[in-house]
Amino acid sequence: MKRRNLMKSSAALALAASVLGSAAWAENPVLKIGFVGVTSGPAAAWGISNQRSMEARADWINEAGGYKIGDTTYDIEIVSFDDQKDPKRAIAGMEKMAQEGIHYVVGPNVDDGAAAVRPVAEAQGIMYFPYAFPKELYSAPASNAVLGMVANYQSGPAIYKHLRDDKGVKTVAFVAANESDPLSQRDGGIEAAKSLGLEVVSDNVTYQVDTTDFTPVLTPVMRTQPDLLVLSGVSPANAPQLIRSARELGFQGLISTETAQDATVLREGAGDLANGFISVGGASTPEIASDDMKEFVKRYTDMFGEYNDESNTKVYALEYILATLNANPAGLDDVTAFQTTMDTFEAPNPFMKGDAKMRYVGTTSFGQKRQLAVPLVVNVYQDGEFQTLFVAEVD
Amino acid sequence: MEQILANGIYLGAQYAMIALGLTLIFALMNVLNFAHGQMYVLGGFVTYTFYGQLGWPFVLALLASCITLAVLGALIERFLFAPVIRRSSREESTMLLAAGLAFFFDAVILLVFGEKQRGVPKIVNGVFNWDFKLIMPYDRILICVLAILSIVSFILFMQYSKTGRALRALAQDRTAAQLMGVNVARYSMIGFALGAMLAGLVGGLLVTITGVNLGMGGPTSIKAFMMVMIGGAGVISGAIAGGIILGFMEAIGLAVLSQYGDITYLLIFVSLMIFLAIRPQGLMGKPWG
Repeated sequence: MKRRNLMKSSAALALAASVLGSAAWAENPVLKIGFVGVTSGPAAAWGISNQRSMEARADWINEAGGYKIGDTTYDIEIVSFDDQKDPKRAIAGMEKMAQEGIHYVVGPNVDDGAAAVRPVAEAQGIMYFPYAFPKELYSAPASNAVLGMVANYQSGPAIYKHLRDDKGVKTVAFVAANESDPLSQRDGGIEAAKSLGLEVVSDNVTYQVDTTDFTPVLTPVMRTQPDLLVLSGVSPANAPQLIRSARELGFQGLISTETAQDATVLREGAGDLANGFISVGGASTPEIASDDMKEFVKRYTDMFGEYNDESNTKVYALEYILATLNANPAGLDDVTAFQTTMDTFEAPNPFMKGDAKMRYVGTTSFGQKRQLAVPLVVNVYQDGEFQTLFVAEVD
Repeated sequence: MEQILANGIYLGAQYAMIALGLTLIFALMNVLNFAHGQMYVLGGFVTYTFYGQLGWPFVLALLASCITLAVLGALIERFLFAPVIRRSSREESTMLLAAGLAFFFDAVILLVFGEKQRGVPKIVNGVFNWDFKLIMPYDRILICVLAILSIVSFILFMQYSKTGRALRALAQDRTAAQLMGVNVARYSMIGFALGAMLAGLVGGLLVTITGVNLGMGGPTSIKAFMMVMIGGAGVISGAIAGGIILGFMEAIGLAVLSQYGDITYLLIFVSLMIFLAIRPQGLMGKPWG
């Protein structure tokens, strides 16, 4: 009898705790923000760094009591969908977001996925923030896509110009994976290099995305003896192997890319051979990281065990969405109000020291403001960490 | 030409090792192990953990990979494949099980080891450079030699050991082997464990060169299937031949065709389709299976 009473009491206690718990959790209404991107397969690192950045930031916001938009404070919930880098899956993911009433989605991570979801996003009133570079996604009549990072045709010329002027680079070779993103980035890079007066000595060597040994791939490129080897659109998984193979083949010149990389991956995969490797990053190098950025890195590390330097850039999308909604709460249900606000939006950039601002840019590249003003931080890898080479801005 | 030959031998040796485990499991159990690539990745991560993270000597870390995968393979055979084969005569059942295992391993690897590319310190420093005609880092040469030694050891084991003879008997005719007193259940488990161990061994060896990440499993399985199809499914010597042929095709294609973009694999796949249309059983396979 006593045992039965104990069981009843326990059950009642558990029920009460769960009701109270959910009531406490549900104190704030929930604002759902979506993520559609690749979190499995060879390119998983790209999407996972997005997803985890959003989850770490959302967790931080919720822990602090929520995010105030207008008169209401919201808890932030991240709804994620793995598109497996497949455009068909990306469309399914965007449709799922529409069914859940989500108006703001981060992703997809690649060109074809970002292009595929455009009709769904525009028909269903979803603003989406891809990490893909085709200009037609962001130029009128396209309206709902906002580029989440700095494009290669924006960072490439700045890097090449710096290397030409400061390092005396005269000849360039390009290597890219045989996929739409890296190939389009390679073509953009070639165009930018030529317009700066650099001689392109190799531009057609490509590799399968699942290549694990790059020595045979790079052997013909090394024979052209370029001053600069550009790894167009290289994934963090492939970058250390390419660097290592190039150095082992005796390449003494500079190596760069316009994609974000991770210092730990470079250290483990290429060691000292990666010293001097130039890539594009966000805002966590010591010279420019604010206390909020350091706190974000700490929270991300605590939550997931290890930080990913790609998140320096990817932390921004959620911040922009929330700050823009805060500037005009009508955007919660009406993306046209959000779009209108984008033209004049400006807020302090919490992740950078000084008086850096968050604002939408892209007028020069797309004819309309459809890009996040993520700082263009060009990093150089040295002895296990990134150092800031130079910082620039995109208009 | 020297560089192409060296690249071909190096790629061929590592590919042959990858294909060996797959074809062994197929020969013994008629199971297309779609999770073979994931087992290879797991082997890489075990070596990464022990050698790269915990600082064990490389040989011990490699041994840990082999043992881990062998135990895992034995458990998988005993508790998953054996019951399914016993209860279902449909080949799709084991194929679905293997595909499910591949997804399961991907998820486990993501949870345990994360999404990042991982690498370990080089086991040998330096680069062999013969007047720029032939450039090959010493660690690649060492791994190539170790891979060839492993293949030779495996062949000798299969040829002359009691277990090897039993496994070959099982592969030739399961029923006849059983009638001759071979413990089919036991040797099936040993064979699967051996196949998985080979995946772990090659994963552990190659992590020193290529690093490892969770996305490598699927493409590795596809390449392994290609080699097995070229050489003939279920034939050990066929897998070795398939691996070497694929390695040389890749090395020659990348060197000769690089100026035309990435058409090497396009040509390899076209050649494979034509070859299989003419000889569907592969180089050394038998038309009746």
